[in-house]
Amino acid sequence: MSAPLIWIFIPTVFAVMIWIIPNERLVAWLGIGISLILALAAWLLPIETPLNLGNWSIKITTTLTILGRHLNLSSTDQPLLIFFYSSLCFWYICSRIAGASHKHIPYGLLIITLLISALAVEPFLYAALLIEIAVMVSIPLLKSAKHPPGRGLMRYLTFQTMAMPFILFSGWLLTGVTAGSGELSLISQAAIFLGLGFVFLLAIFPFNTWMPLLATETHPMALAFILWILPTVGFLFGLYFLDNFTWIREANNLSVILRASGLLMIVTGGIWAAFQKNLQRMMAYAIIMETGYSLIALSIKGTIGVDIFFGLLIPRTFALFLWALALSIILDKNSSAQFATVKGMGRIYPFAASIIILSHFSMAGLPLLAGFPIHQALWEQLGILSINGAILYLVATIGLLMGGIRTLAVLVTITNEDGFSIKENWLQRFSLSLGILLLIIMGIFPQWAAPLLSQLPSMFNHLGK
Amino acid sequence: MVTLVASFGLMLSRGWRWSLSFLAIQYLGVFFFVQTIWPISLAIVKLISGLIVCFSLATSQESKASFSNPEISWPQGRLFRLLAAGLILITTLAIAPQASNWLGINNPGGTWASLLLMGMGLLQLGITTQPMRVIIGLLTLLSGFEILYAFVESSALVSAMLVLINLGLPLVGIYLLVPENLEKTR
Repeated sequence: MSAPLIWIFIPTVFAVMIWIIPNERLVAWLGIGISLILALAAWLLPIETPLNLGNWSIKITTTLTILGRHLNLSSTDQPLLIFFYSSLCFWYICSRIAGASHKHIPYGLLIITLLISALAVEPFLYAALLIEIAVMVSIPLLKSAKHPPGRGLMRYLTFQTMAMPFILFSGWLLTGVTAGSGELSLISQAAIFLGLGFVFLLAIFPFNTWMPLLATETHPMALAFILWILPTVGFLFGLYFLDNFTWIREANNLSVILRASGLLMIVTGGIWAAFQKNLQRMMAYAIIMETGYSLIALSIKGTIGVDIFFGLLIPRTFALFLWALALSIILDKNSSAQFATVKGMGRIYPFAASIIILSHFSMAGLPLLAGFPIHQALWEQLGILSINGAILYLVATIGLLMGGIRTLAVLVTITNEDGFSIKENWLQRFSLSLGILLLIIMGIFPQWAAPLLSQLPSMFNHLGK
Repeated sequence: MVTLVASFGLMLSRGWRWSLSFLAIQYLGVFFFVQTIWPISLAIVKLISGLIVCFSLATSQESKASFSNPEISWPQGRLFRLLAAGLILITTLAIAPQASNWLGINNPGGTWASLLLMGMGLLQLGITTQPMRVIIGLLTLLSGFEILYAFVESSALVSAMLVLINLGLPLVGIYLLVPENLEKTR
């Protein structure tokens, strides 16, 4: 038995089987169960070490070969598998509470297996093709049941598809560079193509316009999932290049380019968030800023940059999924997320409104919330590198905080004299209260995530050491 | 010439029958260029998959002449499209030799056809939001890329996965046009 079989092929088969089942509740529980089992398996099962069960001895191998190509999942990838499948389980639970369509379950599982296989495949150029297939599979997930496909969805498909040719072509050029035949011109060509590919894949400014557009066209849970998994896998794919190609890792301008792109993204995202009047778009701008934070983290040389990059993942995942859950609950009874429509909703949905505000502030790095410790570390490191960069970071954060304060003002506005009339059901109240606790506890005790976070960089040979 | 006519035809045509006919001719052009590098048994895959794409798109269309969902973006005028396509043609003709040299591909004709299709695909993507037109734009863009990529990569598995993506894109387009009531009855 091999690791790719357990964490890629079996879930893929399950995804197809679940897709056929018409019972919504059964599908939801199956999805939660499978993702939880896969996360536990990644935590408990050793890879490449014999596991003795009575008279039986099982050894999980790292490699699966298909048509001469290899899928590799080693023990250093296990923390990542735990992170992916436990986050998927959390997303399924949030989707269930939000009352999202059961079609989210099989598509979510299929997308995550495709993207894990993209990270596991060798030679790496197949990853671009697998990511593109995952993007195509994500379209049914993102298509709204209420509206015809909008500009955001079409732009998403277009930009993500455009990433593939650039990465494939750069893969060919990199082969030439690695073979030693490449001179300086070949290296610069490869760098240009690779850069363009990642600009599209990671939705880096100015190719991120689809995010706020798509936010208003699709279910918040579906949006949160796609905007969580695609940039995460895109960054990990990018880190693979940094880890494997010394000339990229040691390029003089790489750090400056990453920092400038990151700052541009957080400043533009922060300014737009400050003046935003739609809750869904607000979430999209916060995610754009998250991509910017990750770019800034990777611009910091040494292991500290990689550590901060991985440190951002867990608070982001919690805040994003909880934000989407709360938004789904509010949108369930409202036609739009415009400020004018959701005015005073904090008095009808106090738990959901609290989660929206806390998730928003967590992503802005407000003290005592989940995002604070890592944002503080990132800001400090950025300040050491560039004081102007740190000032821009502050400006962007103020922009996002202003957006949060405006959201708070809108949600708690008194529209009539009825006072509080809570419309959330008990399950929603309970789960949202847990979410509030989670965001606060993670801010006060960030070290609780340390055992997982400290192992994540070990999947890279050079960057993590 | 076939590629040129097909790509211009795709830009200017409005009815789905004409558009898909030009798309099929365009795939014939792609096959022509790819078969100069790859064995014909492998290159024919591009043509067959292209024709399947055209058939699958055709079956999704209603009987009316134009694409379902009217175009809401501007500009829609044929003259504008012709001029824009002309600009792409001139630009690609001008840069093809240098691009061929830069990429180390010893086939300026193939490089030009590839750049032309990629340029036309981008132009289509830039002036439309209609799902089926966007899919055709993406297919045109990928067709151009596939010619260029065929010069440098001859892996059968990469080719198979590109075919999978080529076949997946029209399915996505068809899915996007599925009426909601039909989707709910699944």
